[in-house]
Amino acid sequence: MSTSTAFATAKAENRAALVGYLPAGFPDVDGSIEAIKAMVAAGCDVIEIGLPYSDPVMDGPTIQAAAQQALDQGVRTRDVLRTVEAVAATGVPTVVMTYWNPVEKYGVERFARDLASAGGAGLITPDITPDYGQDWIAAADAHELDKIFLVAPSSTDERIAMTTAACRGFVYATAVMGVTGARTTTSDLAGPLVARAKKATDLPIGVGLGVSNGDQAAELARYADGVIVGSAFVRAILDHPGDRTAALGALTALTEDLAGGVRRGA
Amino acid sequence: MTTHLNETTSFDADPLGWFGGAADGFGGRFMPEALIKALDELDVAWAEAKQDPAFVAEFDAILRDYANLPSPLYHAQRLSERTGIRILLKREDLNHTGAHKIRNVLGQALLTRRMGKTRVIAETGAGQHGVASATAAAYFGLDCTVYMGKVDTERQALNVARMRLLGAEVIAVDSGSATLKDAINEALRDWVASVDQTAYLFGTAAGPHPFPSLVRDLTRGIGDEARAQCLEQYGVLPHAIAACVGGGSNAIGLFTAFLEDPSVRIYGFEAGGDGVDTGRHAATIFAGDQGVLHGARTFVLQDEDGQTIESHSISAGLDYPGVGPQHAWLAKSGRATYEPVTDVEAMDAMALLARTEGIIPAIESSHALAGALRIAPQLREEYGADATLLINLSGRGDKDMGTAMEWFKLGDPDEETGDVTAEAAQDREAGK
Repeated sequence: MSTSTAFATAKAENRAALVGYLPAGFPDVDGSIEAIKAMVAAGCDVIEIGLPYSDPVMDGPTIQAAAQQALDQGVRTRDVLRTVEAVAATGVPTVVMTYWNPVEKYGVERFARDLASAGGAGLITPDITPDYGQDWIAAADAHELDKIFLVAPSSTDERIAMTTAACRGFVYATAVMGVTGARTTTSDLAGPLVARAKKATDLPIGVGLGVSNGDQAAELARYADGVIVGSAFVRAILDHPGDRTAALGALTALTEDLAGGVRRGA
Repeated sequence: MTTHLNETTSFDADPLGWFGGAADGFGGRFMPEALIKALDELDVAWAEAKQDPAFVAEFDAILRDYANLPSPLYHAQRLSERTGIRILLKREDLNHTGAHKIRNVLGQALLTRRMGKTRVIAETGAGQHGVASATAAAYFGLDCTVYMGKVDTERQALNVARMRLLGAEVIAVDSGSATLKDAINEALRDWVASVDQTAYLFGTAAGPHPFPSLVRDLTRGIGDEARAQCLEQYGVLPHAIAACVGGGSNAIGLFTAFLEDPSVRIYGFEAGGDGVDTGRHAATIFAGDQGVLHGARTFVLQDEDGQTIESHSISAGLDYPGVGPQHAWLAKSGRATYEPVTDVEAMDAMALLARTEGIIPAIESSHALAGALRIAPQLREEYGADATLLINLSGRGDKDMGTAMEWFKLGDPDEETGDVTAEAAQDREAGK
């Protein structure tokens, strides 16, 4: 199921969608499935499952630590697909966020096929742009998967037009110039970037900029179609090492706060 | 000396940065959108600068007056006698800061100033590129931050001190394997957040387009000079040329001027570590497979899921699980040959050069020397005493004395201090 369905539902309810991220295999494979299901139950509209990678150049310390923990425990690409299958079975549109090399190594066409059979909606690709992503575009088109490329404050209008034209599902706007991580202040770059992207496309625009609470989500939801939250969810688990019940409680509380935020903002 | 910054070869990248085409080739630009504008600006700025006579003249003058270039092409007499062929050493070890790296950083820093940026960042493995970057930053009055794997800061503490004395901030990177690849990751993270005022002085001919071509252009003076010197001094082209390959900047710098000389055999020697069959090595082309690392499609040491495997080499400067994409293309196209050299072979070559020529080479360059000595008998057989083998001595060994002391037990007063090579040790043990 395309992520656009979830954005359409949210729009019909006059609110923004809540997009939640966790890496697969963190704290372990079954633990990540359980954690993500808790996020779905508490109000995430779209799920991004991170594929842990050894060289995550766009991630800050929080997500790096989680990915490293997952890799240290031996998480494999096939575990990521198993996680997708379990989460997608809840009915929530589920995408994989991955650096490119693991997909290339798995085989681009094979990855697209297996992702589609697992019920996955598509891929977010932070380190390829459409001009270098022809293999993925072809495979995604063949399997009707969402192609979610990123736009950034530094993108020219020409590149925003090129990038959004290549997207399906939604457009991922990275509204800070920097790596992932929770931030206490929201970015003044987000509004102008969303406005520029909206001029170029009718696709929904999801914004990621380090949101960690409902008030920040509400502020962002005034102009974004989706609020993307990653590091704050990871932090909720990192803060409760070895205590799964407490971690799930923290995840649920955070999701509810954020889900309230996206409903206040619009 | 005139730098051949603006010359091309048939092995260059296309405008999108592909060596050998997008479908089957190497390179490209696998990078976050946030950095694309900066990479595009760098691409355009370099295309303009290298055609600007004023820029080229200033670069040449700095290389001559400040970096001590051109470096000599030296006929290694005793080594030649030993091998029975003519061995020529391109003496990049005599450059200011002790390695070929100074060419690249002075060029990139000059370009940084031209682009109006005020801060540079760099990654470093052995510390040579970090020292060179700190030097160039001091020369041009730019702020400088160097990222270095924590493991490397420990094995190259002297270079950390040099960088700090030169006014650079050195950040020890503790993530991942805490070596060069992680230093690159951290430098890229810095760059995403600081790109408006910061230039990334990439240290090798790898990474996303245009870095492999930019760094190649800036280091190709090695080969341009060596080719002209060889013709002028000996009236011939070398039969073979050799360089060590980590990321590959000194090698591509040597190779480029000879790519269109079909008679010249080209050899790159990678770090074989404990031996390629042990899995503890950095022989990316010889033993890795195709993948994407740090923005380029190239050969990579990776597991079956595409996770990067840690490389191993006694030489911090070669200890990198990727390689510049133009080398990947030169290997695939058959124009150059890449072979591994083990830690033991490299250290033996280091001692040999010290004792036969009075030159202490960097451990990186010792790999080139060891590999070249391996092909010398073949050249002797084919061309006799006229055979000419040109080796890039990319850097000097001062920085490696800690490693050498430990390896050869030079600090132990009771230790045998004659021939310290592994071969000699074996002979002693066998009672020869």
